[in-house]
Amino acid sequence: MAVPTDTAAEPVRYLKSQTRWHWAETVFWLATLLPFYLAPDYLQLASQIAITALFALSLDLILGYAGIVSLGQAAFFGTAAYAAGIFSKMVWGEPFTGLLVGTAAAALVGYASSFVIARFRHLTLIMITLGLSLLLEQAANSAGWLTGGSDGLQGIEIWPLFGAFPFDLWGYTAYAYSLVVLFVVFLCARRLINSPFGLALRGIRENAVRMPAVGAPSRKHIRTIYTLSAAIAGLAGALLAQTTQTVALDALGFQRSADVLVMVVLGGTGRLYGGIVGAVVYMIAHDQLSGMAPQYWYFWIGLLLVVVVMFLPNGILGGLSAAANWLHERWSSK
Amino acid sequence: MSGSALATRGLNKSFGSLAVARDIALDLPVGRRYALIGPNGAGKTTLINLITGMLKPDAGEIMLGGEDITALEPQARVRKGLARTFQINTLFPGLNALEAVTLAVSERRGISNQFWRNIAEHREAIEEAHEILVKLRLGDACYQPTRELPYGRQRLLEIALALATRPKVLLLDEPAAGVPHEESGEIFEVVAGLSDQLTLLFIEHDMHVVFRFASHIIVLVGGAIYTEGTPAEIAADPGVREVYLGKRHHG
Repeated sequence: MAVPTDTAAEPVRYLKSQTRWHWAETVFWLATLLPFYLAPDYLQLASQIAITALFALSLDLILGYAGIVSLGQAAFFGTAAYAAGIFSKMVWGEPFTGLLVGTAAAALVGYASSFVIARFRHLTLIMITLGLSLLLEQAANSAGWLTGGSDGLQGIEIWPLFGAFPFDLWGYTAYAYSLVVLFVVFLCARRLINSPFGLALRGIRENAVRMPAVGAPSRKHIRTIYTLSAAIAGLAGALLAQTTQTVALDALGFQRSADVLVMVVLGGTGRLYGGIVGAVVYMIAHDQLSGMAPQYWYFWIGLLLVVVVMFLPNGILGGLSAAANWLHERWSSK
Repeated sequence: MSGSALATRGLNKSFGSLAVARDIALDLPVGRRYALIGPNGAGKTTLINLITGMLKPDAGEIMLGGEDITALEPQARVRKGLARTFQINTLFPGLNALEAVTLAVSERRGISNQFWRNIAEHREAIEEAHEILVKLRLGDACYQPTRELPYGRQRLLEIALALATRPKVLLLDEPAAGVPHEESGEIFEVVAGLSDQLTLLFIEHDMHVVFRFASHIIVLVGGAIYTEGTPAEIAADPGVREVYLGKRHHG
């Protein structure tokens, strides 16, 4: 705890200290490089985890920071996946432009829907986001000539990264590519939440009624973050389309929206790392459990979810940080 | 002579058949301190909600500094210099006082759209927030999450948040509501110490406080202005005694 004094330099220092890079973060990001050395057979999985973590990060930005509960985040993921996939088939397979096209498509859908989103809260909001994703899923299903319908979008060919690194079967390129995008977006998101805009978002989450009374245009703030979140979800979707070179209807599906919500809640909302940790835990659990009992693995996810929300209301990360504080206090009281 | 800070004309509002505001006409000159009193259910909070735009009037106009603000959204009115506090704490429980007031200052300064620069780089905004907190005797508690602050401190933070918007007119809805009598004095000392350019309208039930801090009193009964005048005039008005102290009046 900082020792407060009445000089004006102290509050500035305090706010700066709240946003300082922690050594544990360095450890975490270095650890993301371990799969290259320790588990080269699992790089495809690692790539999927990085993509899912990015997707979870997009949801945490609206759920954890602005208090917008969404059950339709897959709408943006899937839109971008199809856009990137179709772009590679119709124009060219260069990965970065494809990524950009997918992201832009998702951002556009996000921006358009943000005008509706910003007017509602709570259950209404959940239903609207859910409805939008169902709508897009059915649209993609019926536009079979473009999307491949229920057969999925086939025949995506992605050129080598920088013209030098092909997307190989083992996933070296895929994981490196996904991880770099995740890391860059994470850095941007971190900047965003530590900015005045990020503070305004936390204000919306903490008390949406008070915000207009301090002169805040909450709806405008919500439109901005919703669009950004859609763009990030889109990045994740485009990455998946490019690294797996296929897009199925489930990219837009309800299951995907529900899964990512579970991940963010498991990991802990409003912490940036919560979604990432949730995605890692969820995806590894999925991989291990479905190997053991292919039909029943959701049983364990259900159990994990119930236990976590009952005993760790702030998710796995919230539990960890509480435990760390507790240890720290015991240590310093001796 | 100073101009009009806040005025209303023919303000009406009904919920179904219940009229909660009836033809309310106010005119508060700059720098005056008005108390708004009246029995429970007289429509005092409703009037504040109408003036700030949290409720839409059925008819009537609201003028801030001579400018018609009736059609403006609540946040736009705040930016024009009309701030309020809430009878029931309406704060940001998970933010500390420094963050909350910095948030309000950032909105006023128009930097809340910036998502690239770290909040700590906006030194002037933070310093301004801290100054407000020190002035309101919250300087030593500004790093504690709001939900952990003692109740009386939370009441002061209500005022701090309103001041961060640099209001010309400040509407205080029972600023000392729920605070033990000994501590309510501290809150009103703070209110009394505000700039004399600031026009104040406060709702308060404690008549000692009203007579001590108000330069003018408006009596509201059944959604309509019953009378208005200086504390001496109101004290001498037998009708006010009747509606207020006589039979319990529910409007």
